[in-house]
Amino acid sequence: MAETLTSNGTTHQRPDGLRGIAADWSSDQRAFKNVSWGKAMMWVFLLSDTFIFGCFLLAYMTARMSTTVPWPNASEVFGLHVGDVSVPLLLIAIMTFVLISSSGTMAMAVNFAYRRNRRMTVLMILLTALMGATFVGMQAFEWSKLISEGVRPWENPWGAAQFGSSFFMITGFHGTHVTFGVIFLLIVARKVWRGDYDRGTRGFFTSRRGDYEHVEIMGLYWHFVDLVWVFIFAFFYLW
Amino acid sequence: MVDVTPGSRDAVPPAEVPDVELYHPHSWWTTYVFSQDAKVIAIQYAGTAMAIGFVALVLSWLMRLQLGFPGTFDFITPEAYYQFITMHGMIMVVYLLTALFLGGFGNYLIPLMVGARDMVFPYANMLSYWIYLLAVLVLVASFFAPGGPTGAGWTLYPPQAILSGTPGGQDWGILLMLFSLILFIIGFTMGGLNYVVTVLQARARGMTLMRLPLTVWGIFTATVMALLAFPALFVACVMMLFDRLLGTSFFMPALVEMGEQLSYGGGSPILFQHLFWFFGHPEVYIVALPAFGIVSDLISTHARKNIFGYRMMVWAIVAIGALSFIVWAHHMYVSGMHPYFGFFFATTTLIIAVPTAIKVYNWVLTLWRGDIHLSLPMLFALAFIVTFVNGGLTGLFLGNVVVDVPLSDTMFVVAHFHMVMGVAPIMVIFGAIYHWYPKITGRMLNDAMGHFHFWVTFIGAYAIFFPMHYVGLVGVPRRYPELGETAFIPDSVHDLNAFITVAALIVGFAQMVFLFNLFWSLRYGKEAGGNPWRATTLEWQTPQTPPAHGNWGKELPVVYRWAYDYSVPGAPQDFIAQNDPGPPNLPRHA
Repeated sequence: MAETLTSNGTTHQRPDGLRGIAADWSSDQRAFKNVSWGKAMMWVFLLSDTFIFGCFLLAYMTARMSTTVPWPNASEVFGLHVGDVSVPLLLIAIMTFVLISSSGTMAMAVNFAYRRNRRMTVLMILLTALMGATFVGMQAFEWSKLISEGVRPWENPWGAAQFGSSFFMITGFHGTHVTFGVIFLLIVARKVWRGDYDRGTRGFFTSRRGDYEHVEIMGLYWHFVDLVWVFIFAFFYLW
Repeated sequence: MVDVTPGSRDAVPPAEVPDVELYHPHSWWTTYVFSQDAKVIAIQYAGTAMAIGFVALVLSWLMRLQLGFPGTFDFITPEAYYQFITMHGMIMVVYLLTALFLGGFGNYLIPLMVGARDMVFPYANMLSYWIYLLAVLVLVASFFAPGGPTGAGWTLYPPQAILSGTPGGQDWGILLMLFSLILFIIGFTMGGLNYVVTVLQARARGMTLMRLPLTVWGIFTATVMALLAFPALFVACVMMLFDRLLGTSFFMPALVEMGEQLSYGGGSPILFQHLFWFFGHPEVYIVALPAFGIVSDLISTHARKNIFGYRMMVWAIVAIGALSFIVWAHHMYVSGMHPYFGFFFATTTLIIAVPTAIKVYNWVLTLWRGDIHLSLPMLFALAFIVTFVNGGLTGLFLGNVVVDVPLSDTMFVVAHFHMVMGVAPIMVIFGAIYHWYPKITGRMLNDAMGHFHFWVTFIGAYAIFFPMHYVGLVGVPRRYPELGETAFIPDSVHDLNAFITVAALIVGFAQMVFLFNLFWSLRYGKEAGGNPWRATTLEWQTPQTPPAHGNWGKELPVVYRWAYDYSVPGAPQDFIAQNDPGPPNLPRHA
């Protein structure tokens, strides 16, 4: 049974399952019970952002399916040479591993945050940010390698020009998301470290009180960026 | 007010969220300029939207002067004409209608109508306006940029949009347009998240979703749609920017320009059209749904009768919102896409007529045997219904592939969409301004000027757009600055064009009277009091008029009933406010 906490301290029970959803939506005040404004906003934002990435990926797929010139072979283009052996998708595999792992540390950070374990929360957030930064760094390496091989947004040595255009646009847009994520992770880490969320210090811009829930909201964004990468990985590199 | 007599009505559930602590401004700047109060932001949004809308209005006069009296005005070159068309269309659809309905009415009415103190994220809400203003300024800058604004048509179809033959294509015009749209979308998203979360999560005690005034339902659904449709435009803008600046070929096929092979190749112009209309068609309903919602409330209030079929009205709004995402390619019947697509999209397009017709019938049935007060808001609401039905009927022509093909790109299309998404929503905007002006300023708008404004605008709009249907049916293409001596065009078309131009100038003049009225009544209007229309919804029950910062004074309102308790038998007056528990033995509604 789910419970709704009221502001005068009492709780009341809500039904489970579909009946519960119907009851919540036909109730007053809130459609999503016990969901804060911030968390609801992040979910709606992510839904909107999903449509942006969806449009990018669909546009790329349209270009790829309708092109009359050959599409470059992803496993060769994105291969790395270890000694004399060419390993397909090596760098991308490492990047993917790092980013997925960062989702793990992010989830741990959220857990520690709700336990009010400041030290571990900060440590986990910093670890997440570090892995995010590593990801962006490796992406920069990948970009410069491809650029040095002659890939440009308007042409490349192996086939359809849309390969380079889509690649730089989609990974660039995703990389920007990761970069912003890292910046905000650092801000949240600083706030946790200073104890802003324990004291409910007001935000500099918004003048809203800080709360440990911000770690979770940050986590929602981070997991989303991670999930988007899975789709980019599947549609761009594996296809 | 809050005490509940047991047995006579349901107890209102206790508060789940503690009352918010608002940001209190400390200076004149943070009170009136960088304000975080949704009501101030709403007025800023509305003022900016109307200012830029005025520019678009002037552009329409210039276009009409050229069409009505071709060759008379030397400064209107074909290039200038295309620029006028483009800027007129884009400003009216995005920067005026979308911004005014969602940023203006949304900001003002949502917190008041749901019984909240403010939007849930006032700071992001403030940013939303300033980014919108920046988008408008970037757009205006293109008038002064070398080469002038883009002349690509408001749909910005590539490849022509970024080629040198189109005004602004190889200059600043198209770039500034795309930057401006991207900014608009970012700004709108900040506001849109606010509107959605405020409606879902910050309602008053007792305010269930099915007690919301339809205005809120319309704005809420439109905002959800905008948050899902604008991404497609965002992506299209980014890709076209890359095509123009980096030389990518997302939308650009191999082509020869001025005898020279361009470096583009392999891109798909149709891809752009799909992305654009995946935004563009929901956009029509992003503008229409708030109008549907607002007009429902105007009709109910001014006919002193509950809205007919409230639940059906809500579900029709939601159904229209959902369906509008699967009809976009009816704008592309002649684009060369697969003909089977046309079959699918014609079917879905005609299905939308069902929920839309439900709404029209319900408005008419609300009026039926109502106590109709022919106040200005009601006059505009009636004008809306008539105009919307007119525009909707021509929509049936254009929604069918075989009828659309000969009519496509004629003035018939221009007449159709100006009726259905130009004149009709504008009528609602006027009605809404006459309705809520007393709440916003504390004074009534002048009635005499208002009646002049209404009759000239209403009759004038028909004088403009009815003949245009005929002009289109005889085959006059749209977007041609001059028809010349074309053989198939009869003389009557030229006469009609001159007539339309004169009508358009007269209607334009009436808008000046309206603008004057807005300022004049601020000072000299009749004192309105808190609830001049004797309306039920919460915004009329605020302790102060205009409502103060925080809207409600010390106590948040508690809602006991739906928004449409007009002329309830046995009630002491002909309306019962939503926060009025009412006499204990009264039958309860919804």
